[in-house]
Parts: sequence; structure tokens; C-alpha cells
Amino acid sequence: MRDDLLQPRSQGLYCPAGDFFIDPRWPVERAVVTHAHGDHARIGNAGYHVAAAGSALMRERLGEEAVIETHEYGEAFTLGDVRVSMHPSGHMLGAAQIRMEHGGRVVVVSGDYKREADPTCAPFETVPCDVFVTESTFGWPVYRWPPIDAVIADLLSWWDDCARRGVPALLFCYALGKAQRLLAELALRCDRVAHVHGALLQPVQHYRDAGIALLPTVPLAENARGTAMAGELIMAPPSAANTPWMRRFANASTAFASGWMQVRGNRRRRGFDRGFVVSDHADWPGLLRSVADSGASRIYVTHGDGDVLTRHLRELGHDALALEALGES
Amino acid sequence: MRRFAALYAQLDRTASTVAKREAIAAYLHDAPPADAAWAVYVLGGGKLRRLATATELRTAAQAATGYAEWLIDASYQHVGDLAEAIALLLPPGDGALADTPLQVWMEDWLPALGKLDPPARQLQLQAWWRALAPQQVFLLNKLLTGALRVGVSQRLVVQALALWSQLPTDLIAHRLSGDWQPHAAALSALAEPDSGEEHLTDRPYPFFLASPLEQNVEALGDRNDWLAEWKWDGIRAQLMRRSGEARLWSRGEERLDGRFPELETAAAALPFDGVLDGEILAWNAAGHLPRAFTALQKRIGKLKPGAKLLADTPVRFMAYDLLEHDGEDLRQQPLRARRERLATLLQDVSPALMLSPALPATDWPALALEREQSRARQTEGLMLKRLDSPYRVGRKRGDWWKWKVEPYTLDAVLIYAQLGHGRRAGLYTDYTFGVWDRSHLVPVAKAYSGLDDAEIATLDQWIRSHTLERFGPVRSVEQVHVFELAYEAIQRSSRHKSGVAVRFPRILRWRTDLAIRDADKLDDLRRLAMD
Repeated sequence: MRDDLLQPRSQGLYCPAGDFFIDPRWPVERAVVTHAHGDHARIGNAGYHVAAAGSALMRERLGEEAVIETHEYGEAFTLGDVRVSMHPSGHMLGAAQIRMEHGGRVVVVSGDYKREADPTCAPFETVPCDVFVTESTFGWPVYRWPPIDAVIADLLSWWDDCARRGVPALLFCYALGKAQRLLAELALRCDRVAHVHGALLQPVQHYRDAGIALLPTVPLAENARGTAMAGELIMAPPSAANTPWMRRFANASTAFASGWMQVRGNRRRRGFDRGFVVSDHADWPGLLRSVADSGASRIYVTHGDGDVLTRHLRELGHDALALEALGES
Repeated sequence: MRRFAALYAQLDRTASTVAKREAIAAYLHDAPPADAAWAVYVLGGGKLRRLATATELRTAAQAATGYAEWLIDASYQHVGDLAEAIALLLPPGDGALADTPLQVWMEDWLPALGKLDPPARQLQLQAWWRALAPQQVFLLNKLLTGALRVGVSQRLVVQALALWSQLPTDLIAHRLSGDWQPHAAALSALAEPDSGEEHLTDRPYPFFLASPLEQNVEALGDRNDWLAEWKWDGIRAQLMRRSGEARLWSRGEERLDGRFPELETAAAALPFDGVLDGEILAWNAAGHLPRAFTALQKRIGKLKPGAKLLADTPVRFMAYDLLEHDGEDLRQQPLRARRERLATLLQDVSPALMLSPALPATDWPALALEREQSRARQTEGLMLKRLDSPYRVGRKRGDWWKWKVEPYTLDAVLIYAQLGHGRRAGLYTDYTFGVWDRSHLVPVAKAYSGLDDAEIATLDQWIRSHTLERFGPVRSVEQVHVFELAYEAIQRSSRHKSGVAVRFPRILRWRTDLAIRDADKLDDLRRLAMD
């Protein structure tokens, strides 16, 4: 890929005309970061550009010393010869797509995104462009997200069922983004309390500080045991599953909230009783729709096994390439 | 199917056998008996004759979704289950057929599908899919293509029926044995009080199954309390003779009648009625030995064997237990008494009916030495049975142990990997291993089992980042990792590129201490296959 706006390099996507990297894997001079998840926002870069809505989360992730410049969504700034702006991607609080304009061409890097409404963040914005770089975490047509209303109703009836059976309802979900989205959706439908694992405390507080209404939460007591937690909802990061921590809740009904739960084998392999299909990434229709909406004449597919989406896009008549195949590693 | 789908969802949502048992029992209480009978049948692993092929399902899915064939296949590879992949790919149906009873599907609609010509079958499938919710599409596809597999064992179904009927599990297991037919009357018959005579109906007894001996054999106590026999490598079966008529039931509780006429003739000629438990073996009369299992396979497939096959590959019934004698159920008597009676009864009968000999070695070390001879005797090792034990139902630990010989092993290099299915969907878990043929590695074995979850995850990650080439779902990988494989036998084969066929290979351990040059050589395997 010979392009003065975008080149895949071993550190990540590089913009030569602006001399910056997007979500670099290793330390560089200038990093434009799409969102605060650990595999995108890494410490050690000399300078950062992030969306203002996610600045508190970024500060938490990157540390007091990090040099961070924040930008409102849609507000253009200049890096080198490139006009840059950040636009909501709907993935989580502060998540951004990166728009780059130079010499009359526009490239948009989607970062992680979803098209569904989410009470914790600004909705995905369609940004017209010539080149669209899309994620494809869920790049198979078997992924079509069910309506969130139905999923939350299902989750609540599982919680009720646990209460009837006198067991804790132990819900695993990613500590940053997914947990807050679930708490926000629950807050719209019930007035109960959730117990949260220590890993969720700080992210929950950041979301509250940003003025987002969440279900009331209490830190999970150090000595909480299964019997005392009968009928209670406990939220924990997936990394806590199958660790000694779990022994305290041996009788709990377990669930995992993730897009991967769409496939039965994924849930069974990980040993969860229930899987709730909730994802902060675009599903197959969302990917196709975003590609079409962008109006781009060239599509790059990044993330995961992009082959399936790339081939399908080509058959639909798009000029699509998998970024991995261009020597990303 | 709505009620059955709800049961399926409940079963799928818990790993607890208690919860599953209660869910099935509750369903049996509530559901119409004709539907419940079918539920018992399919949950216990029963299936209809195959009514549509996987290819037909894929083609219909293509038509219904408008997706290219490769995209359907890629989705199937990703999901690891065709029935599920199709359910996830289709536009959601309108549910118009959701309330059609399971019985109607199983007795009328599905069998009718099998009678349609292929184009009409394609259209019928699509019409059903349009009228069912995704979960029911999944169930329908499962019922069409084979077994349901929802983590429910036959034993669990028996326990649920026992809970529902308030009868002992052993009685239920016996009533379900043989070719139990799913009808409302058959379901209510399961719950009737014990008449005392019912062991005489045309059903095999539930088989007593041995467990693998994992502890030191000395821990079994006094050698004199145990019967030791060879572990025969054939087909486990019950040979029945009642009122002079012979019947043969396999361990899978299928009637083998007609397949082994020499055994039926021998049984019909017995001077008594009874039920023998034993093993069908292809027999080498000159050597007084069983022949390799592959010889028996020629007979298994033949419903009515011809004269030449009967002459070339004769079989014998190696009897090791007597479950019934002249109408009397002997299962609660100690093995010692059953064996004694069996030995007496089998004197002067047809040579096709043999008594599995008791091994004479008087102490455990001597028996261990005898076990070393297992391969030379064409057996899999030893069986150890407590002489005081009754004939139990199913796999109950403690009285019957199988003490198999150590498997053969070989060291081989991982050369190809493919995505797994079911629980291992989306992970590279189907491996092909190669050994050295001069300067390059040729595939000799495929193995799917033997690694733990952490090793599988590590290897999956490694495979993704060390792929050389992709051939559809298969990846060739850098030749780095050596694994020790266990296997049961090796034979010459013209169907395999390597010239050898390895029976029942599985991974014993990941040999991180070995380099690929340490892997085995094909020439050595060929030599083994000749012996």
C-alpha cells in the first residue's frame, strides 16, 4: 500500500504526511488513539491525541505523566500536513473514528465501532471518505446482534430465576465499556443493585463522573460467599472466571455477556451456563452497512480473520483488501 | 415443537445433572405423552433415518440466504456445527409452525421429507425454515441430520424417567433396552408397576460395563476374590435363546439377527433356554486365536453374509456370563455361581460357542506377566471381575475392571491443523501429524484429543501466527512441534499415502523436549506394521 495518508507498519497504522501512528503497538513520537481499551491505548508514546469524551479514561490508562491533547468530536486539528478530526464510533465512552484529509483525499480509520444505540456513548457517525479502514472482529454472517431490549429482558429473567433458586447470578463482562453499558441499560429497566468486582470499580466511577446514569453498584465484599449472595447480581471481568476467586460462588449460575456468545460452542467450551449476546463491535449487517454508508472507493479490512469480510466485499463489487495481507506484522 | 425447544434450552443452559434430570422429569409430566415419548427417544441418542444430507442443507441454505457457497462453508467452519450455522445465517422465521407437536414432526412431516425428490425437498426445507424461530431451526436441522447431543446421556434420561415414574432406574433401563419404540403407549408402559415376569420379554438386559483400572492392581486385594479373563477385542453382545428361538443383541442394543447365522444356529441347538453375555470374534481355528478386529469388520457390515464370507471369516461367541437360565433371571446371583453354571451348560455344545477361560495365574505379579502376552493373544489386555459381584446395570465402578495393555507410542511432528467442532468450534484442534520419510514429513495420523485446554489455547495461538499455507479450513504450519501419540495397532494400508494405517491415535503429551529430527521414521512404522 503506497499512500501518503496511511501505511501499515509493524508498530501499527502510520500516516506519513502527518507523521503519526494510530493505536501504535510500540512507543512512537506521536500517537492518535481511538479508545481506552488496553490493546489500543498503550503507555510509552511521547505524545497522544484523544477524543475529549474519553480523556479521564485515557488518563487513567496512560498515567499522570503522559502528554495528552484532547479534541472535541468533529473539531479539526492539524498534524503535519494533515487535517485530522475525531468522530464518535459508538464503541464505548470516548471512542473515536479518525478522519484524515490531505491533498483532497479523505481516509477514515473506524477503530472499533458499533451501530446500535448505547446510553453510555455518542452514536456512530457516518463520515464520508475515499478510503475506509474497517474493523472486522465479528466478520462472519452468523453474527447479527439481537435487539438489546430482548437481551436485557432475558438477563433480568435469568436474574429473577437465580433469586428463585437461591443462587448468585454471576455475570462476566469486560470491565471497561461492556460493564457500564449493561449497568446503564439495566438502570433504564429496574431499580436494583449490582455487586461489582474490584476491577470494575474505577471504570464505573469514571462513567458516573461523565454524567451517565448507571444502576447503583456496591463493591463486592471481601468476605462475600455464595450463600450470602443468593439472588444477587455479581459482575466480574472474564479474567476472574475459573480462578480461586470463583470458589466462593461455587453454586452460582454463571453467564458471559459477549458477542462471541452467539455461537453455542464458545459458551460450552468456556463452561458458562448462559450467554448473553451483547457486543460493542459491529455485527455483519453493521459492517456491510458502514462500508456502504462511507461511500469509500477503497476498503481496508483490519482485525481478526478479515478474509471472509474482504472476499464478500469484493464479490459485492468493492475494492477491498485485508490489511493483514499487506504485511501488517 | 415449542415445548421441546424450551426443554432443550433448559438442558443447554446448565451443566448440573440434577437440574437436567428435573427439567426432563418436569417435561415428561407436562407434555402430551406422544411428544414425550419422542423426546425420550431423541434425548437418549435415538435418531431417524437420515432424511437430508449435509450437502442438501447447505444448498438449501444458499438458496434461502442468497449467500455464496464459500460463505456458507466459511460460516460452518467458524461455528463448527452445520445445523447451528444455518440457523444463525437464515433470516428469522415467522414462527407459524412453532406449535406443531413434536410427534407430528417425527412421525409425519420428517419421514415425508425423505420421500420427496431432491428439488422438492430443498423447497420444503426452506418453507419450514421460514416458519420457525432460529432455535427451532437449529433443532429441526439436528433432527434431520443425526443425533441431538445436548450433554444428556442415556443414563440421565433413565434417571429422569425413574424420577417421573417413581420406579427404580434399573427397571427403567431394562424396559428401555432393545429397540424401544417412541409411542405414547410405550411411554406409559415404562411407568407401570413391575410384574416380575418382564425380564422374559424380547429385550436384552442392560449391559454391565467395566471401568478402566487406574490404581495399582494390588489394591484390589486378594487375587482369589477375582476372576481374570482376556479382554476380547470384538463385538460385545447378548446371545439369547428363548423357547428355542435365537436372538443376538449388540451392546448398542441393536438386533444383529441375520448377520451371524452360525451363532444363531448354535444357540438354537442348545439344550436349554438362556441369555449369554459375551463377545463376537472373528476366529482363527488353526491358531486357536481371535483374528484382528479388521477381519470382523468384514462381517459387521454384511446383513446376509454369503457362503464364501462365512467360510473365509467364521465367527465365534466367547461367552463370559450367564444372565438367565430357563426363564430365571440370574443377575443378582454372585458371578461365581453364574460362571459355574455357564461352564457346565457349555460343555458339549457347538464349537461356535466358547467359554472365555479363567486365567490361572495365582497371584497378581504372575497375572501381570500373563498380561504381557495380551498382544500375542490378539486381546486388549485383561478383565478383572469380582467373584462375589452381581451383574449390575451400566458403568458402575468397583466390581468389573478392564486392565488394558499399554498402548504403542510414536513421536510425530504437527504438520496440518483444522478448526474443531462443537465445543472446540473456532479453535484449531484437529491435528495431522507426520513422520520422516527420508528428508520430508509424511502424514501418518490425525488426532483430536489428549491436550488440556491451556495447551489447546497455546497451540491455537501458535498455529494462527505460524501458518504456511491455507487450504480452505486446513492450514499447514511450520514444522516445529513434536507430540507423542498413543495408538492401538498399526497395519499396512494401500488407502493411505504413508502405506500404514494407525488405529485410534490420540495425543499422549506435547514433547517440547524433542526437536523435529527426533520424530519417528516411516520405515520403522512400516516394519512394525509387517509384524
